[in-house]
Amino acid sequence: MPEHIMKAFDTDLQGLTRLITEMGGLAEKQVVDAISALNKQDISLAQRVVAEDAKIDALQREIEEMAILTLARRQPMAVDLREIIAALRISNDLERIGDLAKNIAKRVNALAGGFQLQQVTRGIEHMTDLVLTQLKNVLDSYARRDAAKAIMVWRSDEQIDAVNNSLFRELLTYMIEQPRNIGVCIHLVFCAKNIERMGDHATNIAETVYYMIEGQVLADARPKGDVTSETRIPSSPERRNS
Amino acid sequence: MNVAQRAAIVEVMPQVPTANAETEGPVRARVIDLSFYYSDKQALHGVNFLVYDRQVTAIIGPSGCGKSTLLRAFNRMHDLYPDNRYEGQVILYPEEINIVSPQVDPMLVRLKIGMVFQKPNPFPKSIYDNVAAGLWVRGIRKKTLVDERVEQALTQAALWGEVKDRLKTSAYGLSGGQQQRLCIARALAPDPEMLLLDEPTSALDPIATARIEELVTELASVVTIVIVTHNMQQAARISNYTAFMHLGQMVEFRKTAIMFTNPSDRRTQDYITGRFG
Repeated sequence: MPEHIMKAFDTDLQGLTRLITEMGGLAEKQVVDAISALNKQDISLAQRVVAEDAKIDALQREIEEMAILTLARRQPMAVDLREIIAALRISNDLERIGDLAKNIAKRVNALAGGFQLQQVTRGIEHMTDLVLTQLKNVLDSYARRDAAKAIMVWRSDEQIDAVNNSLFRELLTYMIEQPRNIGVCIHLVFCAKNIERMGDHATNIAETVYYMIEGQVLADARPKGDVTSETRIPSSPERRNS
Repeated sequence: MNVAQRAAIVEVMPQVPTANAETEGPVRARVIDLSFYYSDKQALHGVNFLVYDRQVTAIIGPSGCGKSTLLRAFNRMHDLYPDNRYEGQVILYPEEINIVSPQVDPMLVRLKIGMVFQKPNPFPKSIYDNVAAGLWVRGIRKKTLVDERVEQALTQAALWGEVKDRLKTSAYGLSGGQQQRLCIARALAPDPEMLLLDEPTSALDPIATARIEELVTELASVVTIVIVTHNMQQAARISNYTAFMHLGQMVEFRKTAIMFTNPSDRRTQDYITGRFG
């Protein structure tokens, strides 16, 4: 695409793209560190994650300010308008991902010293890997304006939902078997849910990227696999989930 | 014929109106393959689009793209000069006549279709006489009727309140914005089928511009309006449909909402985002 006649307009738009990319990188790192802190029960790493969240929030404010200023100054149309709106929406999703990572890090303190559930740890690592792949791909699709990649991310959330479903059932089992596990397991349920939500935010970003490039909303219903809200909990200790 | 060959042919086919035509409401004018020549210089190349009844249609494009040329075809302004020539058709509804046909008297066309120009150009007469002129020319002379129509036109042009106590004073005593509203009243008095506005606010300050834009959106409920503007934001603000022209061709014709958020043609996007022009 040719440059704007007003060069400053191009500079403004490139500035927004750069900030989103920076924010995305920061969010990815926060996710990696939070899960690492969780699985290694590393309290000082967890505390760093909590403190670093402020940087993500600051970036979101900067992006909003820049977007609003560009809207006021340039009266953007068509693809330029969509780019600015996309930056606003994506920054919201990235900020939520940051918050979810922070929330996981906060729970490390509550879990430290407790027993470790190897199976669950592996499940969480697996789910995190899937989410980080989604995040990397969607941020790539944004930077390269790649609509096909965005659609691929949009369609790929079911795997993450599947792992979350199985983690949920597993944790239920531990809780039913031994009520002393409930404290630890509740925190882990929240952690797993947070990671699953990060995956949802990645698909939100994918929808926004697609809209930014194509100017049309992804109309079909996204494939959804999370059934934890519908999973029945057995009411008596004798009845076990298989 | 393979896919590439077929695609190549589609590329050079004349542009057809793509604003999802017939389902949009009554059509007031249909422009079909309109070409125009200033003696041997071709200024319009096979233009096709629609003007919907009682909607505002804006024509935008860079300097020299032919937007004013196109507008002036609607009221046969070009006939004022000898070597000008039309090809194609501009069909006016509901009469279903081709108003650029040599068989159609330009005067008759101008009786139905009024125009307002960029620079306000009231007659060097009183405010009342300016507005009444169009009625007198049409043989409407009964004073009570003329008085009524003058008041109605000035009210429609959002000027009545400011001038009702000085109708007999010279039009030149009005400000630029008021003069332009007077020109609009003058065009409205004979109850035209269509109103053509050629960059009506280019010479006005922002507040006068805003008042005329407000006026245009109100008038659209009673008269079909076609407006040429080089101000894209204005087109975005007040029009229902927008036509983008470039080098005498109709590049894209679309509902305004879509034109400015997701145009189809690369040239349109480049123009409206300020990447060329």
